[in-house]
Amino acid sequence: MLALGPIGFTAPWVLLGLIALPIIWLLLRAVPPAPIRRRFPGVALLLGLADDDSQTDRTPWWLLLLRTLAIAAVILGFAGPVLNPQNARDGSGDLVIVLDGSWAGAANWQDRIDRVDTLLSEAARLDRRVALLNLNNLPPDADLPFSAPMDWQDRLPNLQPFPWQPQDVVPWLEARPGQFETYWISDGLDWEGRTAFLAALEDRGNVTVFQTPRQVSGLRPARFENGEVIVSATRTPVGLDQEITVAAVGLDPAGVERQLATVPVNFPAGEASAETSLVLPPELRNRITRFEIDGQRSAAAVSLADDALRRREVALIAGRDDREGLDLLSPLYYLREALEPTADIIDGALTDILLANPDVIVLADVANLAAVEADALEDWVNSGGMLLRFAGPRLAASDLGRNNEDPLLPVRLRSGGRTVGGAMSWGEPKTLAPFAEDSPFFGLPIPDDVSVTSQVMAQPDPTLSDRVIAQLSDGTPLVTRKLSGAGQVVLFHVTANAEWSSLPLSGLFVQMLERLAVSTRAISSDDAALEGTTWLPRLVLDGFGDLQDGSTLQGVSGDAIAAMQPSAELQPGLYASEDRQIAVNVVGPETTFTVAQWPSSVTVEGMEAVAETPLKGWLLAAALTFMMIDVVASLAVGGRLRGPRADIAAAFLVALTLSPEAQAQSSDEFALRATTEVVLGHVLTGDPEIDEIAEAGLRGISQTLFRRTAIEPADPIGVNLETDELAFFPFLYWPITADQALPSREAYAKLNTYLRTGGMIMFDTRDADSARFGSGSPEGRRLQAIARSLDIPPIEPIPSDHVLTRTFYLLQDFPGRYASRDVWVEAAPPGAELVEGMPFRNLNDGVTPVIIGGNDWARAWAIDENGRLMFPVGRGRSGERQREIALRFGVNVIMHVLTGNYKSDQVHVSDLLDRLGQ
Amino acid sequence: MTEPLALRSDAEALAAPLPPLLAEAEHLATTVLLGDHGRKRAGTGDTFWQYRPAQPHDSARQIDWRRSARADANFVQDKEWQIAQSIVLWVDQAASMRFSSDPDLTTKAMRARLLGLATAILLVRGGERVGLTGLRLPPRRGRGQLMTMAQLLSEDGAADFGAPEPQGMLPHSRALFISDFLGDITAVEEALTRAADRGIGGAMLQILDPQEEAFPFDGRTIFESMTGALTHETLKAKDLRDRYLDRLAARKDRLNTLARATGWQFQTHHTNESAANALFWLFGAMEHQR
Repeated sequence: MLALGPIGFTAPWVLLGLIALPIIWLLLRAVPPAPIRRRFPGVALLLGLADDDSQTDRTPWWLLLLRTLAIAAVILGFAGPVLNPQNARDGSGDLVIVLDGSWAGAANWQDRIDRVDTLLSEAARLDRRVALLNLNNLPPDADLPFSAPMDWQDRLPNLQPFPWQPQDVVPWLEARPGQFETYWISDGLDWEGRTAFLAALEDRGNVTVFQTPRQVSGLRPARFENGEVIVSATRTPVGLDQEITVAAVGLDPAGVERQLATVPVNFPAGEASAETSLVLPPELRNRITRFEIDGQRSAAAVSLADDALRRREVALIAGRDDREGLDLLSPLYYLREALEPTADIIDGALTDILLANPDVIVLADVANLAAVEADALEDWVNSGGMLLRFAGPRLAASDLGRNNEDPLLPVRLRSGGRTVGGAMSWGEPKTLAPFAEDSPFFGLPIPDDVSVTSQVMAQPDPTLSDRVIAQLSDGTPLVTRKLSGAGQVVLFHVTANAEWSSLPLSGLFVQMLERLAVSTRAISSDDAALEGTTWLPRLVLDGFGDLQDGSTLQGVSGDAIAAMQPSAELQPGLYASEDRQIAVNVVGPETTFTVAQWPSSVTVEGMEAVAETPLKGWLLAAALTFMMIDVVASLAVGGRLRGPRADIAAAFLVALTLSPEAQAQSSDEFALRATTEVVLGHVLTGDPEIDEIAEAGLRGISQTLFRRTAIEPADPIGVNLETDELAFFPFLYWPITADQALPSREAYAKLNTYLRTGGMIMFDTRDADSARFGSGSPEGRRLQAIARSLDIPPIEPIPSDHVLTRTFYLLQDFPGRYASRDVWVEAAPPGAELVEGMPFRNLNDGVTPVIIGGNDWARAWAIDENGRLMFPVGRGRSGERQREIALRFGVNVIMHVLTGNYKSDQVHVSDLLDRLGQ
Repeated sequence: MTEPLALRSDAEALAAPLPPLLAEAEHLATTVLLGDHGRKRAGTGDTFWQYRPAQPHDSARQIDWRRSARADANFVQDKEWQIAQSIVLWVDQAASMRFSSDPDLTTKAMRARLLGLATAILLVRGGERVGLTGLRLPPRRGRGQLMTMAQLLSEDGAADFGAPEPQGMLPHSRALFISDFLGDITAVEEALTRAADRGIGGAMLQILDPQEEAFPFDGRTIFESMTGALTHETLKAKDLRDRYLDRLAARKDRLNTLARATGWQFQTHHTNESAANALFWLFGAMEHQR
């Protein structure tokens, strides 16, 4: 093979033919274009006229060039040119192909697979055993999984990137002995332990690395600061200015996932990270489920949003707003301090607040609520609200929940409450007991200095122990909770200020509020708040950044979540515990990317596995094109494109450009033809045979009408739904074919207008011989598809008193070529009643807009140009009878279309005569 | 070869809208034959002209006794001298006339026959005697003559270009030549001068195809006459166009000059124009020339 740059030739000797090109040039130059012979009587006048010069007998240079190029292309084409000819790689012995298999390679994963495929093909050619390792998914076998390359090629589609980086790979390798050569498909990012693994591999044999320098960027978790959402991104710190677009994705109010906002993030040249702020209204912000880098496909480009971004709306209501006091004594002061950084606080009257539908309503020592307020509050709780109540002197003094359980209190209360350890009482202030395992507070450390001096007491009750979620060291309840509907009611048996206990002064208070999901905030790795909790994965990310259902995976302990180190055990995704959600993202707030550097002992190759592209076909096609151009050009040079026949071509072009006008002309003609006389229309289906039959059928029924009734229709017209006006036709016959195209939106709009304004369409599925109405014949399914967007009223089989049975003939059967009774029309109004003494129900409004059936009426009606019947119906005399009934049905239908409910009104004649005093 | 009946009916249809063409009578010394044209002098005829005193050579039965009874002398009734005009047609039937540049256009020959026969019909309707040059169809009147004429006109000639036959033209009659006049002009010249010598007036109608006027050709071309006898090869037909058109104009000019010199009329007609226009012109040319 001869290689010239990126192009090689499989048969380079053919190129010698190029030497002949100058000779061909000279030859072509010497031969003038062939003359045309024309008959022309004026030749007598031409005799003796000589040409001005003899230059024109030469072929023009550009035509010569064209022909030479064509010949050159043929020669080059047969020389077998190949783009990117591949040089075979050699080697022997076992081969290990190592894939990083992390999210960083997801963006061009297919390239990697193709590269591996090429390497496997080479290995197969060299008869080498291969082991293919994805470092993120190492097999547990005792040995390296050597196998034939063909086996691996079959398994290539199963390879997937994982949304984390390889971990603990050196021990795995050291446990498996053997000498081999290594091809390492690197993702281009450094990871912990990579150098050690490389060293371990180099001990076993040569290592070749395939890596393409490629910018990798990732999205850090968004955070909330000063009312703004801070979106930050990181990348490998090389390269120029770069702008990426970050999209905030969430469900819109209609429940459809869409981009709620987009914001550009600019990396300055050489910088590893960039951030920008995004200001969104809280309602929109709370809808965000994830951020994505537009146009990048990897797990790092997706950052799931969790509670840290969501700000709960908390309404604070205190019972004692009539007392002007110091701030520190205000029952809401500590709550406000605890919630302000992490939640949106709403103040106002209860009825106003309920309209805003907050997440949490806090009632601090509120005993009495108006009945309306209490009912509204209860509804709100049942529909998912969280009511958080604090005790206090008022609640203790009131009779609320004494004898019966108040729906807005978790437990019944004893009157008065108790005081311990005060100046007038015995005993020490009580401390908190450790939280029970089933309590949402389990795992929170209890500070020593938290003490309770007063509390309200719960009535002993069978349900009490289930509802206590925190208690004092003497076993009395401190916090009780009751689930109510979709929501819950929580009562702190102490005040929200420091009057009754020091709990509001401690950090525990804030943590308890967090556990109750009253407030939300970002977690950090050393967070005690996660201790003892178990989190269930709800959604997990795959390596490409697509979200998968995580409900089949097992739960993860809070400690593991706190470490925030994605691995096979802690897959990146969204984890939930009770009402709280935490996102584990591939890129943490501190993550940085480092480009993998390789020592000089390792060969680094590019990733491009460019396939050989044979160019022969292209060149020969080019030669053919040149020759085609040459045909036209030769004709032009020889004068054959001019002269009499050129007029035809020009006229054709003019006709093409003028055709819209012609169309307009014909649409006027169409309107005239359709409106000068009554014309029945049939919808053109695109199947010429069906259209012809439909036309013949309508011709037949038109002729019958002409002979038997006062209706004298003209020849039927085929109607194109897309282009023709439908309003001219009182009646459209629509045969359904199984492969009919659906009408366009405009056509549907026209059809619906037509149906609403009194037109009638007769759908004929023509399948009554083999299928019943609604059963799955192909035509029936097509009709369903077509009718889905049509404005068709409820339908019923033609009732025996339908006006169609008596508009002209008295009929009870509606056969066509087939005699099925399944013919459906618009259903009678539900109120229609049989009037005493009348044979028919009172159904006197409207013409049915549709008749649906499958009796193939057109074939029963069809006559050809000479008036002969085109298709047989039935057998013998009964068949003739059936055709007659079919024709009568057709007459009835057209009568119904044109006269409406006239025959229906006739049933009132006796009433009218009565009223006239007859 | 054209169907004579079809040609006849086409010509009848074309001739129908025109009033009967009465050719101007001219004094003809030798062709004294009865016709419908009053000569404003006494002679043979059917209508009354004048009473004149009887001469000794008048026979007794010629005397108009009713008039003579009112006077002393005898009177003889003179009739008006009435004669018919003779018109001979020459319609070119050569191969060059059978050219048509477009299937939608009629051939020149077809148009020439149609115009010739239509004129003949008008003339016959006006009582004239019509015939063809040459000796095959001497001038006569009547519908039978038209049938024979249609039959003869439908024949095709074998020559490449036609030349008028000067025989058979009666002195002081009239003549109509219809041709493309693209062939040798000397034959036309000779025929015209001979006709003028014998006191024959008339009209020449040149019929051309639109392509012969436009010459829309390009490139290397071999032009052939209709029989292929004449050829001319050019390498760049476009360059010939101006010179061809010059020659065509010169030919027309020559014919025009010739016509004026001999007291004839000349006109060019194209096959893509209406045939009725040409017939109107022929009508005028036959009527007004004296």
